[in-house]
Amino acid sequence: MLTATGLSCVRGERRLFAGLDLAVGPGEWLHVQGENGAGKTSLLRILATLSPPAEGEIRWHNETVESLAEDYRRAMLFLGHHGAVKEELTPLENLTLAAQLDGATLDAATALQALERFGLRGREDLAVRFLSAGQKRRVLLARLAVRKASLWILDEPFTALDVKAVAMLSGLIEEHLAEGGMAILTSHQSMPLPNGKVLSI
Amino acid sequence: MSSVIAIIRRDLLLAMRRKSEVLTALFFFIIVVSLFPLGIGPESALLRKIAPGVIWVAALLATMLGLARLFAPDHADGTLEQMVLSPTPLGLLVTGKIVAHWITTGLPLVLLAPVLGIQFDLDAGALGILVLALLLGTPLLSLIGAIGAALTLGVRGGGVLLSLLVLPLYVPALIFGAGAVESHISGLGAGGHLSLLAALLALAVFFAPWATTAALRIALE
Repeated sequence: MLTATGLSCVRGERRLFAGLDLAVGPGEWLHVQGENGAGKTSLLRILATLSPPAEGEIRWHNETVESLAEDYRRAMLFLGHHGAVKEELTPLENLTLAAQLDGATLDAATALQALERFGLRGREDLAVRFLSAGQKRRVLLARLAVRKASLWILDEPFTALDVKAVAMLSGLIEEHLAEGGMAILTSHQSMPLPNGKVLSI
Repeated sequence: MSSVIAIIRRDLLLAMRRKSEVLTALFFFIIVVSLFPLGIGPESALLRKIAPGVIWVAALLATMLGLARLFAPDHADGTLEQMVLSPTPLGLLVTGKIVAHWITTGLPLVLLAPVLGIQFDLDAGALGILVLALLLGTPLLSLIGAIGAALTLGVRGGGVLLSLLVLPLYVPALIFGAGAVESHISGLGAGGHLSLLAALLALAVFFAPWATTAALRIALE
């Protein structure tokens, strides 16, 4: 259960939002909406502990995220605007190395299975720079499938995805929620998922 | 520990895939060092005198070349964010990256230096001290350089700023590194200089990853 109370964010001279409260429980997801520049990404980065909030606090299972530190980071997965995918490496290497950096081990069979699920079968040994923008995003989504995390924080996860991949990702999030996971995401599309809450900033 | 090995492996793999970056720094080192004997002419006494200084200055500049690229690609593609959010402490991952940087830029310099030293008419003993001094000094260059690279991350015109920031900090390494070979040639023994270089290295091993980590966190906010 993730709760945040009285969050505010200041960028330069501008106050993007103030007094923001939110709560996401098991099986629930939060759709953060707002205009361009409203502070959606800033909110997500604050929730991911990448930048500290100007005011307010974030609690994970009733303990502040600062005190949890590594335990929170292990339970949380953040996907930002950037791919966090290395262009020179193959999708398979990207997946296994990303898992190893998190201190986990990922066997090749599981990684291949995840890549196959996202339609990257046959491209696992091709350097990522030869893939299209949508395929790069799919490599990232394969990471969602293999990394065990109960809270997903996704910034514009549907960017550059085709209709089929959007359906795959929706399915993946639905599966995650059904298993008691939580998700917070920004998107300009409406999302046909159950148990959703909308937060407008 | 496995994540540290993973990041060293990843960075070495990346260096293999873009060899030109590593080779540019190496060829720069070889050419700069080789220009001096060509320009000065065959005066072996003078060459022996300037050899340690020339090789060390060239090593500093060659290390500088790749330094701006230490964290920049990771920052640009979002990998750095994932490293900060990884359950593995960022300090360990940063240490891994510095080790990988030394293996790709520092270690080749150490291995090449004795070959290049022959051009300066250095004898076997002096070449040995040169290698030993570089072996202690080049990790120091990578460690100090990482702090500068992290501080200038995402800054416009960061390359020039990085040189201005890091080169003064390289001065102690230069003085004791070049000094070790000079004092060996003049018969005073290199022990003192090498000990000081090792002390600096020990200090940097403890301090540099911590400072780099703090600078990276600020850069990402």
